[in-house]
Amino acid sequence: MDLRPRSHPTYLAFVVHRVSGLLLALFLPLHFWALGSAISGEARLDGFLRWADNPLVKAAETVLVVLLAAHLAGGLRVMALEFLGWRRRQKDMVAASAGVALLVGLLFLLNVV
Amino acid sequence: MAEPASLKVSVWRGDAFRRYEVPAGTNQTVLDVVTHIQREIDPSLAYRFACRVGMCGSCAMTVNGRARWTCRTHVKRVVGEDGALELRPLANLPVIRDLAADLTPFFDKWQRARGTFQPRDAADGVVPEGALVNVVPEGALVNFVPEGTLGNVVPEGALINDVPEGALVNDVPEDFAVVPPASKARREADAGIECIGCAVCYASCDVVAWNADYLGPAAMNRAWTLVNDVRDGARAERLDAVAGDAGCHSCHSTQSCTERCPKNLDPSSAIAGLKRTLFWDALLGRR
Repeated sequence: MDLRPRSHPTYLAFVVHRVSGLLLALFLPLHFWALGSAISGEARLDGFLRWADNPLVKAAETVLVVLLAAHLAGGLRVMALEFLGWRRRQKDMVAASAGVALLVGLLFLLNVV
Repeated sequence: MAEPASLKVSVWRGDAFRRYEVPAGTNQTVLDVVTHIQREIDPSLAYRFACRVGMCGSCAMTVNGRARWTCRTHVKRVVGEDGALELRPLANLPVIRDLAADLTPFFDKWQRARGTFQPRDAADGVVPEGALVNVVPEGALVNFVPEGTLGNVVPEGALINDVPEGALVNDVPEDFAVVPPASKARREADAGIECIGCAVCYASCDVVAWNADYLGPAAMNRAWTLVNDVRDGARAERLDAVAGDAGCHSCHSTQSCTERCPKNLDPSSAIAGLKRTLFWDALLGRR
């Protein structure tokens, strides 16, 4: 695919929104499985939570939080465009939504580490 | 940046790129380069242009990967340091030959999006009493022209002088249709009417590439200007035409159309406007 015609901020925002949405959709079954394990016994959930304490999982969790925040902020931007007709400063809004996503990730990291 | 003495131009000739060396000039446009190749080097090269001043929308091509109007694109803005220029026909359209794309599907979609103005009640040219005048907010002033600007260039005896300064719209005779430029609908329409039909947005749109039936940014931008035109009488049919699977709801708001439009129009927001109108019309049972 030729990236030259697509190298602009709002296209990147579209890709981030779509990819984060797909990854979150893939994560959801895992999330529900983890919650469901609480029903089948305390020990099993504790085992899972201990596994989730390892740094690699925490890093992945941070990425997940950033993805979720990016999807939310990007979605709000698109909804503002479509429902409120905010046509001006779209690139600034992309930058702001990226900033929000990274800030949320940072806050998550501060709480985790 | 030092400008190269000559340009190394790769031109798509249907099956492969052919390379040409073109002398670099000052204030040279990409269209100048193509014309030089066709007139001085290779007369078999096919391309299209007409006005050369950014009005007709016929000379758009893909320049170094991006759709552009070539007559208003200066070479120095797009060329690499090595003087390389890559020219292809517009994407998402059939190619007639070399750099000339066939715009038939593009304009067919303007038709499908009901892109023609349909006067509201004027089969005989007569506007019904009280029809259009009513859209003027009560108390709006006619002298929307900033004082001292356009008034000075109006020839003496022209109509504008007939309207006394500060006159209210209500003074206008009832059979005179007034569309206040400052009204919200008119501003929405005005934002999109300068389209020259160059198909740069259409060639830049990924949704067109994914769905060949998709109406595309220009056709829906046109539809949006007409939806906001208080003189138009085909609003419902037009909204129906853009509501389908190939219409506005398929837009992913990548905004490549807005990014690339040489006239700095914003088709992406026009499509968003159509989505919004259809949403509220459907929700409130107006459709």
